[in-house]
Amino acid sequence: MNPAVVEQLRKIAGRDAVLDRPEDLMLYEYDAGIRKSTPGAVVFPQTTNQVSQIMRLASSAQVPVVARGAGTGLSGGAISREGGIVVAFSRMNRILEIDVENQRAVVQPGVVNLQLSEHVSHLGLYFAPDPSSQKACTIGGNVAENSGGPHTLMYGVTVNHVTGVEVVMPSGEVVHFGGKAAESYGYDMTGFFVGSEGTIGITTAITVKLLRKPEKVATLLAIFETVDDAGQTVSAITAAGITPAALEMLDGWTLRTIEAYCHAGYPLDAGAVLLIELDGLRESVEEHAEAVQAVCLQQKAREVRRAKTEEERALLWKGRKTAFGALGRVSPSYYTQDGVVPRSKIPATLAHIGEVSKKYDLIIGNIFHAGDGNLHPLILFDIRFPDQLERALAASKDILEYCIAVGGSITGEHGVGMEKRDLMPVLFTQEDLDVMAGLRNAFNSENLLNPDKLLPTPRMCREIFGAARNPVLVQEGM
Amino acid sequence: MDSPRGRIYQMVQVDEGRLALSDSFVTHIDRCLGCMNCMTACPSGVPYASLLERARWQIEENYPRPWLGRKLRQHFYAKVLPSFSRLGRHAKLVRFYQRSGLQSLARGTGMLQLLGVAELDALAPRIESDFSFRHLGEVFPAEGTRRGRVALLIGCVGSVAFAELNRATVRVLTKNGIDVHIPKAQSCCGALHLHGGHLEMARVLARQNIDAMLSPEFDAIVTNAAGCGSVMKEYAALLEDDAKYAHRAMQFVAKARDINEYLAGVGLVEPKRKLSQRVTYADPCHLAHAQGIRKAPRELLKAIGAELVEMPRPDTCCGSAGVYNVVQNELSMKILDEKMGYVASVSPQILATANVGCMLQFKAGMKRKGINTRVAHVVELLDEAY
Ligand SMILES: Cc1cc2nc3c(=O)[nH]c(=O)nc-3n(C[C@H](O)[C@H](O)[C@H](O)COP(=O)(O)OP(=O)(O)OC[C@H]3O[C@@H](n4cnc5c(N)ncnc54)[C@H](O)[C@@H]3O)c2cc1C
Ligand code: SF4
Repeated sequence: MNPAVVEQLRKIAGRDAVLDRPEDLMLYEYDAGIRKSTPGAVVFPQTTNQVSQIMRLASSAQVPVVARGAGTGLSGGAISREGGIVVAFSRMNRILEIDVENQRAVVQPGVVNLQLSEHVSHLGLYFAPDPSSQKACTIGGNVAENSGGPHTLMYGVTVNHVTGVEVVMPSGEVVHFGGKAAESYGYDMTGFFVGSEGTIGITTAITVKLLRKPEKVATLLAIFETVDDAGQTVSAITAAGITPAALEMLDGWTLRTIEAYCHAGYPLDAGAVLLIELDGLRESVEEHAEAVQAVCLQQKAREVRRAKTEEERALLWKGRKTAFGALGRVSPSYYTQDGVVPRSKIPATLAHIGEVSKKYDLIIGNIFHAGDGNLHPLILFDIRFPDQLERALAASKDILEYCIAVGGSITGEHGVGMEKRDLMPVLFTQEDLDVMAGLRNAFNSENLLNPDKLLPTPRMCREIFGAARNPVLVQEGM
Repeated sequence: MDSPRGRIYQMVQVDEGRLALSDSFVTHIDRCLGCMNCMTACPSGVPYASLLERARWQIEENYPRPWLGRKLRQHFYAKVLPSFSRLGRHAKLVRFYQRSGLQSLARGTGMLQLLGVAELDALAPRIESDFSFRHLGEVFPAEGTRRGRVALLIGCVGSVAFAELNRATVRVLTKNGIDVHIPKAQSCCGALHLHGGHLEMARVLARQNIDAMLSPEFDAIVTNAAGCGSVMKEYAALLEDDAKYAHRAMQFVAKARDINEYLAGVGLVEPKRKLSQRVTYADPCHLAHAQGIRKAPRELLKAIGAELVEMPRPDTCCGSAGVYNVVQNELSMKILDEKMGYVASVSPQILATANVGCMLQFKAGMKRKGINTRVAHVVELLDEAY
């Protein structure tokens, strides 16, 4: 990187707020996916003004810029183009305001998701989006990826919980979209910004909704002999007119692996379980819990257990939330796929995944937000053997094709990033993509902000999936 | 700008030859608190503690530190720590130094940082004038019905700075019907060596302690220092390739207990006095994260009538971390100030913890903030209840 630019960065953010030695830069060459690329400098701004100056500097020096939260993204979103500037938000991690009356919080983007909920817990409030990575991932990253979590089923994804953002545009201008009010008029700029994967601007402050903790929560674990029975039950519950707060499914193999870590008391011999949470007013929760239990038993559940204490509940969730990580115990590497299918197609999709597993001779664990039809098949392999990597890629492609064929999509919540942008033409027409590119260019005309992400480069637009040359999502387990 | 993920990534790069044992690597490893918060959090079960020990060993073996610092480190680890009498002398010197006016003189000059006694200075209360060393070899019989018999590790730095805590430990145990033996041939547990990268020295000490304290006579080998306890529980891993000691190390580990763990296990006899005060408990990292002991101390506090209030994030590190507060003073104080904020938010009458290092750090924290909330070891509070 041009030393003059580094010097300028130091002037803007402070001597100790810039990294440019190779041994430090290598720590920013990865996120939680597999792509790697080493930036030319990393800067840790502390104020909006500094971010604005950094953007101005980058555009006058024509250096690409990418924002980085905690680097837990699974689609390469926070990876810089070789030699670019990474703007890391670990020092902009303050909660700026808690407005109890209006149930809003204003936070800097580096605030860790779970810390916000912990911070307002004593007020009986919480921040609803709960990605499984919530102990580490930042709200800035959640906004960029429009992240979801188990409770998305009832409470929606991040965009449903953000009412305002302060954004530094690629020109360095600071603009404000939305505010504390629930609805805004004119173009919904906040809604547009959330999920833009850092390609429109860099957010420096976020206004989010805080929800009241529900009066009552019931957490059930329904145990099934087969994956198929569990899959059928998912549609049966919604058909009974009940929307649980969360409805998660884990297959037997995944269960056994997790149990070895968290000792939550998951049944080791089950074919699959559903983790079902109901929340709301005391009476309705009790009523629904009974109804759900009856549906499960009707659908051949072997047993339905209910968490008796807060500790038991926490343990059941711990197992679910640490599932990806726990697989690191049994396999050196794994793909985390992120496909979506209509709820009614879950049993058929699971059957298909079973066949894929046989066909490619790879273990595939299934864990997913069943209520949303958002699958996360985890394809296990060993990256040290190239043929395994290839088989894993092929298996993954096979599954995604199936998702599309049954009317689903290629990503539920992990974003497009670098990894899936070549698949965008499968879902969108060229005309759709042109409009999106036009929108991006209106804000990020020189494409200096997070280039190579989200939208396919024009030359690739008509190529489809068969020609996709890069791996989808590979995760290396430690 | 530090994280376990980054450290592990750098360790891998060092192993693959992509990264030299450079200043950057050493700085990041030096800045690690060794608090093992990351082990608690890690679902993949990455054995960070042993990765860290290995990295520290690589650094000690291959990375040239400045000469004076290196000599002092060697002297402290190889000579002072393993030898109780020498440590006694060292401590007497410190005591003399505290009482004479020299202390304020030296503080101004930064000499202390160099000598590695800064933590005994800014952080330590005045060193108590009587050491438990002279109790080595003694046996304290149980009062009332005998319910058990234990060997007590009296620690090294701990026993110098906190002789009174050892006495309280003995009293609480005997009042609860436990015979307490203080085996004579015991030595330092080896924690500081292990964490400082001196693996071989740590093994020597481990063997010495196994010889001294592993006996069918004892139901348990007890310590009141969380750091010592977690290292005692690592002896099996440390000596796994030692044909002669591997098996005995496993037996030793099976008997090693933190004092809180032991007392909660056998159950307290009815206390004489109730502690009717508002107490908040700070989890020492080496108890909560390294040994998974969180419930026991809380149960003990409740059993003597404390009104227990939980502060936010009670198990985050206080920044003490062995000699961390000396070698990384600035960072350590930042961590401490944040922690003191959590403590203050629940306005306790007593801040209880279960590790000497944390107590020293908290006392320093109270001073910095100008608060005079009492800082006490759980055992100290138990002692007052009997
Ligand atoms: C074990 C594990 C479990 C996961 N579970 C879930 C889950 O349940 N649901 C889910 O949705 N995701 C999940 N993820 C994916 C990931 O955690 C989320 O996408 C998360 O929101 C990323 O946050 P981050 O702070 O790590 O962002 P990063 O990875 O650092 O960045 C992600 C994107 O956000 C952009 N960005 C970051 N900060 C800013 C900013 N201030 N302004 C503009 N752009 C910014 C970056 O440029 C990048 O494009 C999981 C990941 C892991 C490793
Ligand atoms: S031991 Fe503590 S300081 Fe060191 S990496 Fe783990 S969490 Fe961080």
